[in-house]
Amino acid sequence: MDNFYTAVRLEEGLCRGCINCIKRCPTQAIRVRNSKAVIKTEFCISCGECIRICPYHAKKSIFDPLASLNQFDYKVALPAPSLYAQFNNLGSTNLVLNGLINMGFDDVFEVSGAAEIVSALTRKYIKEHRDRLPLISTACPTITRLIQIRFPNLIENLIPIISPVDLAAHLAKERAINNTGLSPDKIGIVFISPCPAKVSAVKNPIGIEKSDVNLVLSMENIYSRLLVSLNEIKNKDNLEDLTMSGKIGISWGGSGGEAGGLLSDNYLAADGIENVIRILEDLEDEKLRDLEFIELNACNGGCVGGVLTVENPFLAKVKIKRLRKNMPLEKSSLTNYIEEEPYMYWSKEIEYKPVYQLGGNMHESINMLREVETILEKFPGLDCGSCGAPSCRALAEDIVRGQASENNCIHIVRDYIHKLSEDIYLLDAKKIN
Amino acid sequence: MLNDHIHLSYEIVSEDFARAGEAASDVKRVLKKMNVKPDIVRKVAIALYEGEINMVIHSLGGTIDVYIMPNEIQMKLEDIGPGIEDIDKAMEEGYSTASETIRNMGFGAGMGLPNMKRYVDDLDIKSGLGQGTRITMRVIL
Repeated sequence: MDNFYTAVRLEEGLCRGCINCIKRCPTQAIRVRNSKAVIKTEFCISCGECIRICPYHAKKSIFDPLASLNQFDYKVALPAPSLYAQFNNLGSTNLVLNGLINMGFDDVFEVSGAAEIVSALTRKYIKEHRDRLPLISTACPTITRLIQIRFPNLIENLIPIISPVDLAAHLAKERAINNTGLSPDKIGIVFISPCPAKVSAVKNPIGIEKSDVNLVLSMENIYSRLLVSLNEIKNKDNLEDLTMSGKIGISWGGSGGEAGGLLSDNYLAADGIENVIRILEDLEDEKLRDLEFIELNACNGGCVGGVLTVENPFLAKVKIKRLRKNMPLEKSSLTNYIEEEPYMYWSKEIEYKPVYQLGGNMHESINMLREVETILEKFPGLDCGSCGAPSCRALAEDIVRGQASENNCIHIVRDYIHKLSEDIYLLDAKKIN
Repeated sequence: MLNDHIHLSYEIVSEDFARAGEAASDVKRVLKKMNVKPDIVRKVAIALYEGEINMVIHSLGGTIDVYIMPNEIQMKLEDIGPGIEDIDKAMEEGYSTASETIRNMGFGAGMGLPNMKRYVDDLDIKSGLGQGTRITMRVIL
């Protein structure tokens, strides 16, 4: 798989070449060229901010269509905890789980169940690695990608435990093979995702060779089908109890939930990509001391704020709180459900990808940066975005990298035209005299 | 030094806590565009931040000049006073002349200069009461 895969795509026909996405992108990964947005994939962390801001809905996340389920004989749905927060008056998460079965899935495996195991593993990991505090959560793939390209000093603080969805996929596949006797390729493990980052992480895994997830559906895409299904079964008595998680597991759906599962107060939880970047800067400069754990979520509110969700994230958090009320603290944990095994940890190192570096060596970088400064002096410093780059500095760097030219700046072109028309006028005046 | 270097320059305003740290973040941003090892970027950023904060807390204002060269990074911090009375004492961990107010803000733990010394390869201080302070820090690449 490509080193720099992203699930975020542009629908060219809808793009008008405005500057909304280039300005919003937290890693400056987008440029407008020839009136169309272009994603520089090596900079993209799949956060989905461009999808959120695009007024013409030209930015999309790829995901698998419902029809692709048909290629499997046995289908297991993996609902993300944020899914429960999309519906009104659920009463219990079990209704959603049964709703998924009613929709045509053969089995369900709660990601929140696997999350409780990850919580237990994390508690243990923190206890055993006190020399590397604070440890940073790796549940949000956007954060891990961001650290990989921009905060190399923090790579050693990442918790090398696989994400709840990958753990759920592994366990669900095992269970399906045991229950059905089918060969693994006939079993479809289907994640219902709140965000493009999880789609990217399945197609191009972080820390592991391959995810056991076969298909990723978008929450938004299955919402109406699932709503119909819920209505069909809501008055049924004796629904089978399919739940695997308690308070700890479903709380992972909102910011602070994962940290809450550590049963310690010595943590920090930040959400929203700009806030997260500020925290990472401070962490890198060792300004945040005496903390054990840092939970970071790219979306406002946590996963309930994912760009593929339907409900307002603040309301969604209220709904999770209501659902939690009558739940036990946890249902799946290391002790009563499963033993710790090596596959629950990363098997691949996370490498620093220095995508922001200008030159191939120090001399080259120095010369290129000097050139950037010289070019910058010609620009007005308005950061207007009309050139297709998010700032004057970004355009100057693009020019030095050979990807743009000074004439992309409309202010430079305008001054040139002014001067030209003046020259012509003077020339004419001379002739007349 | 001639042409093969980058020169970054910053004005430091006394007691401007809202902007304190801007020089260090900007230098970090620039270094990440260059082929400087991540742990060196971190060392420079932390040492410079400590120096910058010292200037904001103790000095009457000054300038920071950073020179990035192929083989080393030099940071020159120069302020206009009030100067350090006893440099040896100031280099001791935990020694601070910061006021109660500054300490309540979470600064003034007496770790500034010791931390700067720890993170750079060479640190030189010239100061005296009423003379201002000149600090040169070098990090070898």
